[in-house]
Amino acid sequence: MGMQAFLDIFDIYLLEAVINGILLGGVLALLALGLNLIFGVIDVTWICYAELVMIGMYAMYFMVQYYGVSYFVAAPLTILLVAILGALLHYLVIAPLLTAPPINQLLATGGVLFVLQSFATVAFGIDFRNLGIRLPVLAFGDMNFSYARLLSFLAALVGMVAVYLFMTRTFTGTAIRAISQDRQIMALMGVDTRRIYLITSALGGALAGLAACLLVLQYDVHPFVGLSFGPITFLICVLGGLGNFIGGFIAAFVFAEIISLGGLFSDLEWGYVLAFAFFIVMMFIRPAGLLARRR
Amino acid sequence: MIGQGRLAAWAVALAALVALPFLYRDPYHLHILVLILIWSFAYTSWSMMGRFGLVSLGHGGFMGIGAYVTALLWNHLGLSPWIGIPISMVAAGILALIVGYPCFRFRITGHYFVLVTLALSGIVLQVITATRDYTGGSLGYTPNRASGNKLLALQFDDKTTWYLIALGIWLFGILVWHWVDRSMARYALEAISEDEDAAAAAGVNVTAEKLKITLISALMTALAGAIYCQYQMFITPDTVSGIAVSLQMVFAAIVGGLFVSLGPTVGAIITILLAETLRIGFGTKAVGWDNLVYGVLLVLFIIFLPKGILGSVLDRLKPQPKVPRAHEQEAVQITGPGT
Repeated sequence: MGMQAFLDIFDIYLLEAVINGILLGGVLALLALGLNLIFGVIDVTWICYAELVMIGMYAMYFMVQYYGVSYFVAAPLTILLVAILGALLHYLVIAPLLTAPPINQLLATGGVLFVLQSFATVAFGIDFRNLGIRLPVLAFGDMNFSYARLLSFLAALVGMVAVYLFMTRTFTGTAIRAISQDRQIMALMGVDTRRIYLITSALGGALAGLAACLLVLQYDVHPFVGLSFGPITFLICVLGGLGNFIGGFIAAFVFAEIISLGGLFSDLEWGYVLAFAFFIVMMFIRPAGLLARRR
Repeated sequence: MIGQGRLAAWAVALAALVALPFLYRDPYHLHILVLILIWSFAYTSWSMMGRFGLVSLGHGGFMGIGAYVTALLWNHLGLSPWIGIPISMVAAGILALIVGYPCFRFRITGHYFVLVTLALSGIVLQVITATRDYTGGSLGYTPNRASGNKLLALQFDDKTTWYLIALGIWLFGILVWHWVDRSMARYALEAISEDEDAAAAAGVNVTAEKLKITLISALMTALAGAIYCQYQMFITPDTVSGIAVSLQMVFAAIVGGLFVSLGPTVGAIITILLAETLRIGFGTKAVGWDNLVYGVLLVLFIIFLPKGILGSVLDRLKPQPKVPRAHEQEAVQITGPGT
């Protein structure tokens, strides 16, 4: 009797959407973490971050679907590949511009966005491709959850915990955190900033690679796939406060809930629009970000 | 301010530009010229804000609204573009105010402003794609061919008419640029771009000044989008809206030069000729090659010409409160030795 009343009040679909939102939030938080890491340490915004994810998704697709590599072998290789791409991006594009006005660095990564998108178009064509892996659907009571989402959520959590441990328990991680606090002093303390920047960039790339492995389970790959989650990642980072890891984490889940609940009533794209509207409203209410650490 | 000689030079150049389609009728070259003029106008619109350090990546959104609202009103309601274009401009203007007000009121600048505006153009792209029942989604959209009056439908078949329209729009953009350049708003906005707090302390209404220039810029960009749509008679979300279009505007304006009225025009000439040359060189079957080379060139441009065209221009985008700007230093030197 009591249980029935509870279910009547709590629409089962609503609960399903809420939980799906939490699951989506995991991957978004992972993306936001990578972008925040780069911004917090190097003070650069990678406009092309979502395009690195896109390249990673293609790597997964070709390894699993074309060469028949097992998913669990392909995933570490993809993470490694995108990590190398991240380091290369820093070495070739950002490093020569470190002393240039910040807007130059940002626009140069915008140029890289062009390059990666058109590279994918030239090399892979504009077809939508997917892994062809159909993961089972988990039934829990009357609710259905995609196994892929659950797996992504858990893997994203593991990835974030690993980054947290790396940052707090290792010497390099401590140096990275120190540099994000004071760029000049750490160089005087004998920390090789160039090396730290490269490691951070590779780490940011690795997080993009991990996100690629998880997103490819749920979404088709095409050269412009980055545009469907890139803007939302930027909004999350701005709402959480650029460079603020915890703010980004919370904002990711808030946005994921809005997208998921918005998608309950109409298409997923409208969920994104709703999220943007929410963002504008939030700027009026909390202009300094959820957990203000804005300069 | 403007000298007699410069005025004469402008008059001669304009006369030559107006006369051109009557003397030279190659349709392909005229087509390229029309594209250059329309995009020059769009890039000039962007530079109205960009020159004051307001780097917006949301202009793809405004352009998309201009193009799509005009075409949708024509196809679904039969509303002439003569009414549709002002409506689309108002729509873009309202969006600019909604996004701009909190940004300016709460001092969202630098990286933050870029990312918020970037999201804006991303969202407009999403909306166009989401409303695919009306807009055709990513497959593109074509305004219906007019059955009656061509002028009422703003649809013309000959390139000469379009060339003259595009020339007029472009000239309008240049005139607005000069109008802002000589207004008090210019000094207020330059002060703001150097130091917001100091400008506010000196009695400049920072939010209002920024909103004004953003509104002008957004209205003009929407107009550019609408004109582009009427000329091409085919639009896709990717060609008139989204992040790629926004980035294209920024690059062209910066490569050409942000602080001179003809800078964005030069940028349009360089980028469009480059894209066309690459397209012809690689052929249409290799889709994407032109953008690939274009992207690489742009990255190289930013890295290896930091103190060239770009550097000197972009140094001013960064607020440098203590260092006097180049023209002020010149002024000191000229009066220094005494005459």
